[in-house]
Amino acid sequence: MIGLEHYLAVAAALFVIGIFGLFLNRKNIIILLMSIELMLLSVNINFVAFSAYLNDYVGQIFTLFVLTVAAAEAAIGLAILVCFFRNKGSIDVEDVNVMKG
Amino acid sequence: MGIAELAFYAFSMSTLIGGIFTVVSRNPVHSVLWLILAFLSAAGLFVLLGAEFVAMLLIIVYVGAVAVLFLFVVMMLDVDFAELKAEMAKYLPLGLLIGVIVLMQLMFAFGVWDYSTGYEGRLAAEIGTGTNTAELGAIIYDDYILIFQLSGLILLVAMIGAIVLTLRHRVDIKRQDVVAQMMRDPAKAMELKDVKPGQGL
Repeated sequence: MIGLEHYLAVAAALFVIGIFGLFLNRKNIIILLMSIELMLLSVNINFVAFSAYLNDYVGQIFTLFVLTVAAAEAAIGLAILVCFFRNKGSIDVEDVNVMKG
Repeated sequence: MGIAELAFYAFSMSTLIGGIFTVVSRNPVHSVLWLILAFLSAAGLFVLLGAEFVAMLLIIVYVGAVAVLFLFVVMMLDVDFAELKAEMAKYLPLGLLIGVIVLMQLMFAFGVWDYSTGYEGRLAAEIGTGTNTAELGAIIYDDYILIFQLSGLILLVAMIGAIVLTLRHRVDIKRQDVVAQMMRDPAKAMELKDVKPGQGL
């Protein structure tokens, strides 16, 4: 029987891969968004694993809401990306300095 | 080793391999395809945990919608990805360092955690004997109806926002003018002229 810790280890490794991707692809916003999706997926794995091992449905319900927010975030992020590419002609993060923040 | 263990190790290996190649792949189209592999094998893990509804939702929403959206954007934008990848080696040591530190922290947490005493009495919605989808639906529509509706609202706002952000009105192309088409008078639209032979108009 696979224990809960196995699932937690997979989720932790996936989360670390997501963080690693954030640092590795500092310039490419598309891969940054994909790394964020990976991190959200690892959180979902944690939720579902705890839901199954605690015998409680709430983890799976929260997974649904995390999924909803992740989909909305990806749509808005890619829309901003397309808009930015039209104006600037690049998707380099270092070009995002219009507001001089 | 039983079939469940074998499936667990296969799915978790392919999830992690998909994640790693999503991050390090040179071509972003390949990145999206590896991301799809990671999502599909995570859905397999969910099926192993008995959460079929969430697994199918993951395939439909992530693979069917989000990954295809990524694929569209990657293919539509004419970006010089080689230039963006050029400095990847510069950030590699820092990324590895922070990754190892975070992984060690998480492993420390997993080493010592434990259930609190009497947690069985504090479960919010215990898993019964019915099918996963039916029980999940009953709980969502009974206890979590407000959050459910609000998440629908979030999707609506996201949809409107994405449309508003990407819609542009181009002035240099021909468009259909419906009102002008409908208000057009057929009697004035065409004129017949009697042309004499050999003279022309």
